[in-house]
Amino acid sequence: MNAASPERSWPLWEVFVRGKRGLSHVHAGSLHAPDAEMALRNARDLYTRRQEGVSLWVVKADDITASSPDERESFFDPAGDKIYRHPTFYDVPDDVEYL
Amino acid sequence: MTATELDSQIAHYVLGLGDDALIYAQRLGEWISRAPQIEEDMALGNIGLDLLGQARALLTHAGELDGTGRDEDQLAYFRDEREFRNVHLVEQARGDFGDEMARLLWFSAYAGELYARLVDSADEVVAGVALKAVKEVAYHRDHARHWVVRLGDGTEVSRERMQAALERVMPFVDELFTDAAADVAAAESGVGVRPSELRVAATTFVTTVLEEATLQMPEEPKRHARGGRDGIHSQVMGYLLAEMQHISRSHPDASAW
Repeated sequence: MNAASPERSWPLWEVFVRGKRGLSHVHAGSLHAPDAEMALRNARDLYTRRQEGVSLWVVKADDITASSPDERESFFDPAGDKIYRHPTFYDVPDDVEYL
Repeated sequence: MTATELDSQIAHYVLGLGDDALIYAQRLGEWISRAPQIEEDMALGNIGLDLLGQARALLTHAGELDGTGRDEDQLAYFRDEREFRNVHLVEQARGDFGDEMARLLWFSAYAGELYARLVDSADEVVAGVALKAVKEVAYHRDHARHWVVRLGDGTEVSRERMQAALERVMPFVDELFTDAAADVAAAESGVGVRPSELRVAATTFVTTVLEEATLQMPEEPKRHARGGRDGIHSQVMGYLLAEMQHISRSHPDASAW
């Protein structure tokens, strides 16, 4: 560990909290920790102080591959006019049950 | 022993438990802004607040038991040093982070065994505090264990410093497991447990952690701290109390903060 800058020598972790059974884990924030076990404990202390969760995930921020803002147009805009991808685009025949 | 003397011994016992929690909470609070990372500030602050919660319930109950009707604030802020019943371990000056983890490991190993037994206390309030504390202390113990293992089984420097911290804390360990008169009276009446009964289990836990951390259990020191339960404290206790109490004592009639 670099004594002069411990802040930079501990990796960053992203924290995901599940509020209750049946819900998904939702990104809550990030923190520094030396390893995964300590990250989980720090997450407990930082993000579930007020009973916000019943389950925690921590993921090393470096291990997340994220889409880039520069690619936003090519990634997401083409979906904008594909209205046929929404179920509401299709007329449901009157005589189809259970749909 | 007359009934009144017994009540007084039990009040004394509960006050001892409360004072351990109160004074250690005060010491842990000192870490806010001084821990290696802001995340650890929060962790130690949380642990301190858990202990403060335990202290509040125990002090309130001690004030009922001793017949003086003093509330938690009067007991925390308006007693002098000789009236505090905590062990020396919890009042010692903060030291470095390794010292704190060594102290937390021993204290929570002791408290974990203590509260696991006090859930069956004949005193409902004590049993209630224990039921809540047992989960809190399990986490404190886990926190200390993880750090001691990381520092012990870490770099050469961290290992040396963690070992040195264990040596510094060792003279204060024996007092945790020494039976005072109030402990015996409380145990006989079913309210408390003898601290000596906790020694083997707590020491076994610490030994296991030290093995995992590649550290050595320090040799039995020549001198042990003594007398905390009778109000005999270290020099640092006066400074701690001055910091903890001076606002309340300067404004004893203040009703809103």
